[in-house]
Amino acid sequence: MKLSVNGKAVDYDGDPQMPILWFLRDELQLTGTKFGCGRALCGACTVHLDGQAVRACVIPMAAAADKAITTIEGIPSEHSLKLAWVKHNVPQCGYCQSGQIMQAADLLQRTPKPNDAEIEQAMTGNICRCGTYTRIRDAIKTAAESSS
Amino acid sequence: MSGNKATMLHESAIGHVTGRAAYTDEVHPPLGMVELHPVLSPHAHARITRIDSAAAQNQHGVLAVLTAADVPGVNNTGPILRDEPLLPVDQVCHHSQPVAWVVAETPAVARAAAALVAVDYEPLPACLSTAEAIEQEQFFLPPAQVARGDAGTALDAAPLRLSGELAIGGQDHFYLETQASWVQVDSEGIVQVLSSTQHPTETQIIVARVLGLPSNRVVCRSLRMGGGFGGKETQANPYAAIAALAAWRCGRPVRIKLLRELDMQLTGKRHPFHARYEVGFDAEGMLQALKVQLYADGGWSCDLSPPVLMRAMVHVDNAYYCPHVHIEGRICRTNLPSNTAFRGFGGPQGMLVGEEIIDRIARHLQLPAEQIRERNFYSASAQPPRNTTPYHQPVVDNVIADLWAQLKASSEYDRRREQIAQFNDGSARRKRGIAITPVKFGISFNKTEYNQAGALLHIYADGSIQLNHGGTEMGQGLHTKILGVATRVLGVSPKRIQLMTTSTDKVPNTSATAASSGSDLNGQAVKAACLTLLERLRPIAAKRLNCAVDQVAFVDDCVQVAGDAKRQLPFAELTAAAYAARISLSATGYYRTPGLHWDPKAGRGHPFYYFAYGAAVSEVEVCGYSGVHRLLRCDLLHDVGDSLNEIIDRGQIEGGFVQGLGWLTCEELRWGAQGQLLTNAPSTYKIPTVGEVPTAFQVDLYRRQADPSTDVIFGSKGVGEPPLMLAISVREAIREAVAAFAPGASQVDLGAPATPEAIYTAIARLRARR
Repeated sequence: MKLSVNGKAVDYDGDPQMPILWFLRDELQLTGTKFGCGRALCGACTVHLDGQAVRACVIPMAAAADKAITTIEGIPSEHSLKLAWVKHNVPQCGYCQSGQIMQAADLLQRTPKPNDAEIEQAMTGNICRCGTYTRIRDAIKTAAESSS
Repeated sequence: MSGNKATMLHESAIGHVTGRAAYTDEVHPPLGMVELHPVLSPHAHARITRIDSAAAQNQHGVLAVLTAADVPGVNNTGPILRDEPLLPVDQVCHHSQPVAWVVAETPAVARAAAALVAVDYEPLPACLSTAEAIEQEQFFLPPAQVARGDAGTALDAAPLRLSGELAIGGQDHFYLETQASWVQVDSEGIVQVLSSTQHPTETQIIVARVLGLPSNRVVCRSLRMGGGFGGKETQANPYAAIAALAAWRCGRPVRIKLLRELDMQLTGKRHPFHARYEVGFDAEGMLQALKVQLYADGGWSCDLSPPVLMRAMVHVDNAYYCPHVHIEGRICRTNLPSNTAFRGFGGPQGMLVGEEIIDRIARHLQLPAEQIRERNFYSASAQPPRNTTPYHQPVVDNVIADLWAQLKASSEYDRRREQIAQFNDGSARRKRGIAITPVKFGISFNKTEYNQAGALLHIYADGSIQLNHGGTEMGQGLHTKILGVATRVLGVSPKRIQLMTTSTDKVPNTSATAASSGSDLNGQAVKAACLTLLERLRPIAAKRLNCAVDQVAFVDDCVQVAGDAKRQLPFAELTAAAYAARISLSATGYYRTPGLHWDPKAGRGHPFYYFAYGAAVSEVEVCGYSGVHRLLRCDLLHDVGDSLNEIIDRGQIEGGFVQGLGWLTCEELRWGAQGQLLTNAPSTYKIPTVGEVPTAFQVDLYRRQADPSTDVIFGSKGVGEPPLMLAISVREAIREAVAAFAPGASQVDLGAPATPEAIYTAIARLRARR
């Protein structure tokens, strides 16, 4: 099957039921996307599939055929969210943060100026065990303001 | 907020947001790497009568099925007692305990082959709770004691007396990165371990022990961890050891990264506790005597339970003086995973018992709990002084009264308390509560020998610097703080310094990065190494600058005549000159915390270099029909001394509080009748998410009025653990709200964690009593 990852065309001829997380991490060495729970419950593996946030640990390769995957490595360094994340010094251990940023990017695409309730609703499936939530909230707001 | 040393950004800030910051399971895999999968026990306690792995071993792609017989050294990973077989010999002691491990070319083959290993068991009676263990007297080690005065006599003499019990739930670490290790035996026969471990030296020792090697044949490195929280202090060791055994037996690089369910089922957690207490006090609520019996659920092996229990015992007092105290502790032996270190290390459980007792007194006397709290604070100025802990250490540099007063004012505590009373008068279904609670937390490892650290500093002739220290990075920002220390001492910019991966071949004999002491210990060791090299550079600089040695100053990547920026030369020029003059530009640094002593048998001594203080005000709203609560506002004031890095310290305070909030309100471990963990995924184990943290969340750093009597690195204080206990304010605020459903109740029991179910039950109990 053919798909694109971060704008590059990629071929895949393995098990169509393999979750895309392992294709990204083990075959493409795109290890910015993390394994957290394997059940789409923690958000650490969040990537975009045709522009929408999905959990890479449960989406099979078959579902990505002829589609475009974007990972944290495919988001430009000067993206407003990445800049805001650095500005607010959000990450502690950092392990959940690529998933947080991908989820937040999805939110800002749909809702460029989210309020607290919209942020909460969009981000509630992304666990951060270091408890950086206040900074995540602040960084999303900063990013939203800067992209106006 | 950038540009100065106090707010230097996280050293991995860019790596974290670009995905380039690598964790253990993310280094480029070596050729021929193989995988591991365990065979799990379906029983909590059983005799193993037969293990038949022939069918599994015949599978294509299977290299070995490892059992106890394969261990060339000592088949034991126990860190204190040797009671923890890596692979069980004749019995399993908890549900899902690995009986054997399959080594195979791929994860799928390993998993399929594990299912083919036939194991016969004879089930044995299992002990599955603290309560059962107490009843059956299943304990590790003799009782531990902390005592001062004569608690028995003082209890009898006290005007008022109460007794009670409190059961406290455990907590899964749920570090986002599960246990992970990569092991390879290199061309020289050295076992190279890459492990997500908080304690590389102990991982090295355990791997060496299991393989029957001296320590010098094992190197353990720790990259950044995706969270540790104590869960990788000892419990990274078995996974490094099994990977090392597989690499040793099969001659291939081996990787292990536990799936989430396995991680939750196999690894130990924060200890559940059971407490029984008796307290004597007077009509003003002043403590006179306290007797406490603490039971910690150790699980199937001893692990770190003795020091965890001891830290609980020496934190029952929290910030309160009591003249006569007797605390006894026991470690329960149960057929559950072996409970271990978790941020606070028993301190939170001990403190929770203390706060429970304070609330009992307050309600009995119908006085506000905060009044009982502040009346009982340690105080050196009281007559007679009330500033000696139950373990006989004096409380010096005590700032709790001032900090408390500041927070009460800044949070408008008194005004809000009145407002809440009015709200509650007009609201039958929903009630609000507010509470303020203090934290006094002892900093240092109780075990004196752990309070040491080392560093290794290389300056290259081109003026670039490599820095190693013994601490590990798990998100707490230690590496960033250490960089801050080195740049401050050397007078150079951070970009000149390359911080190297923590490794046992660079700095040996290190302690776990734990006990909130990472920057205290390693910071001082780094400072010592830096000063050693500056002393060597100074004479060279003096000669070049034509000044006296004591006039030489290191500032802004230059060396100059102090106060005269015109007479200076670049740092790189100086280091090149030093090399040419044959000066050694490599040095170690070493630090041991002064003044510590501790007698664990007597429960007496001076275990802590100093105390960290804090206080928190929390306000909640509780629904009387569902028991659901909402946290409306938090105000935290915490003492970090002269912060090494304010943005990092604030992050630790925010995050520690959120983790404590989880422990006390929504994280509940449930076990099945067979001793299997039922809550083994985020679907059944509820961790705080963004919605649980209120937008009204004020965090301030306390500015102390007087210089401290201790010499901690640049006047800072450890911050990793203490803020977790600020979340006790949430539990007490919930209790206030629950109490508002039955004004005047002389006792308000509340389960820990205060889940909706526990809150609902607490309200129902009060209503039934009326």
